[in-house]
Amino acid sequence: MNPVLKLLIEGGQLSTAQMAVVAGLSEADVNKHLEQLKKDKIFLGWRPVLDLSREAVAGAAVRAVIEVRITPERGGGFNRLSERLSHFDEVESCYLMSGSYDLLIFITGPSLQKVASFVSEKLSTLEGVLSTSTHFMLRSYKEGGFLIDAPEQASGRLKVAP
Amino acid sequence: MKKNIARHVVSLPKSGIRDFFEIVSKMKDVISLGIGEPDFDTPWHIREAAIYALEKGKTHYTSNLGTIELRREICKYVEKNYAVSYKPETDVIITVGVSEAIDLALRALINPGDGVLFHEPCYVSYSPSIALAFGEAIPIVTRAQDGFSLNVEDIAKAWKPNCKVLMMNLPCNPTGGTCDLERLQAIAKFAVEKDLIILSDEIYSELVYDGIHTSIASLPGMKERTLFLHGFSKAFAMTGFRIGYACGHPDLIEAMMKIHQYSMLCAPILAQEAALEALLHGEDGMKVMRDQYHRRRDLVVRRFREAGLSCHLPKAAFYAFPNIVATGVSERDFSFGLLEAEKVAVVPGTAFGQSGTGFVRASFATSYEQLIEACDRIERYTQNLASKRRT
Repeated sequence: MNPVLKLLIEGGQLSTAQMAVVAGLSEADVNKHLEQLKKDKIFLGWRPVLDLSREAVAGAAVRAVIEVRITPERGGGFNRLSERLSHFDEVESCYLMSGSYDLLIFITGPSLQKVASFVSEKLSTLEGVLSTSTHFMLRSYKEGGFLIDAPEQASGRLKVAP
Repeated sequence: MKKNIARHVVSLPKSGIRDFFEIVSKMKDVISLGIGEPDFDTPWHIREAAIYALEKGKTHYTSNLGTIELRREICKYVEKNYAVSYKPETDVIITVGVSEAIDLALRALINPGDGVLFHEPCYVSYSPSIALAFGEAIPIVTRAQDGFSLNVEDIAKAWKPNCKVLMMNLPCNPTGGTCDLERLQAIAKFAVEKDLIILSDEIYSELVYDGIHTSIASLPGMKERTLFLHGFSKAFAMTGFRIGYACGHPDLIEAMMKIHQYSMLCAPILAQEAALEALLHGEDGMKVMRDQYHRRRDLVVRRFREAGLSCHLPKAAFYAFPNIVATGVSERDFSFGLLEAEKVAVVPGTAFGQSGTGFVRASFATSYEQLIEACDRIERYTQNLASKRRT
């Protein structure tokens, strides 16, 4: 496996310089590997993991999860409509699911009204969308692997141990 | 009060780690490569199993041998991974860490003056545990050029007619030394010839990066004379749970149980419940940790060599054991100097026996970021020592 991909999968927070030291490569080599992973569409890009509830302005953003039932199309299945939906800027992530609905969509908007109007005006009105069920997120306990508001714990390890 | 302390306790040497710990613990912002335990927290599903057990009122004594459910799973795990089969009813005892199992085994086997062979450098408790059981501790040398593996020729050199037990810790703390099949077979043959009982502490056996681990207990004719010792601390990051176990001949397990029932009664039930969860569902998480240790090992050994330190490639465990003789200072001066100048803690090799002279132990059970910074500082420190020597 690509050595840089291994480190990315590990989920650490290493800079490219640190990745280079860990993998025993030059930083230029790490960047080359990253470029290759981008070309292969494996590495799509960096995104910060933020807890916006701590930031007054951005914290007003509303996040919702929408369960969507759609009609599959002959020849295209669920893909054409799913791809079309995914293009909306409001849509952060979109997944085809097994179970009682077809798509699970994560969206973000500046206010409850904006999200509601996106659902009622853009999403529900698309041909092929049979129904939507919108759930607004009230509070986040974990984001992208990070615990929110968990008390910081000093390492309980002794400084020297046999 | 001092005059009342038993002579064999008074004569125990002070741990070489203890005084170092006292100094390090008072310092701030130290990067410690002196810690002999995983940096990973115990995986959540294992901790959660302990919480659930507490909620369910599992707060009572267990059988002296440990819960039968845990003993059954241990037997399955040992058979699958070490190719030795044991009976959960009679051949296994759960202990408070492997340390207790070693203590029980030595006390159960040793008559005053019996010889106990053990290889050095080794875990800090081996020699004192032998002394506390009134045995004669007889060290066997291992060498860096040999990857600190164990050779039958060296065992034979150290052997004396009073020898009854051979203690082995492969993979080894502090050296990461292992033993290939050929060497193990030669050791097994010698053990049969000299009628030695083997205490095989295999606590690091899941954390092998090169080659395959073989337990000496799995070799023909060796199960009967080997006590297989293992635990959950290293592979499953469960040091604080203090759960170890011993598998062996029912007569020896029975004898160990006699001591255990009067001194410890049983290992804590919550920790036993957590250990059961580790065996049932912990293997994937363990492999993730092992892969990361593997990458850290490669990083640290490469950086030590770049810093001018001779360092063998440890095939297992999470310790590098570089030779610091080229720096022109002793292992003790190197460690204290590094701590003072660069705030990096490593442990002088002599804490693990006299054959650790000229070495230091650096644990890589810490994050990449800390390791990179520590290696940068060690390189700067060795360069400063080199330039001082030139002037």
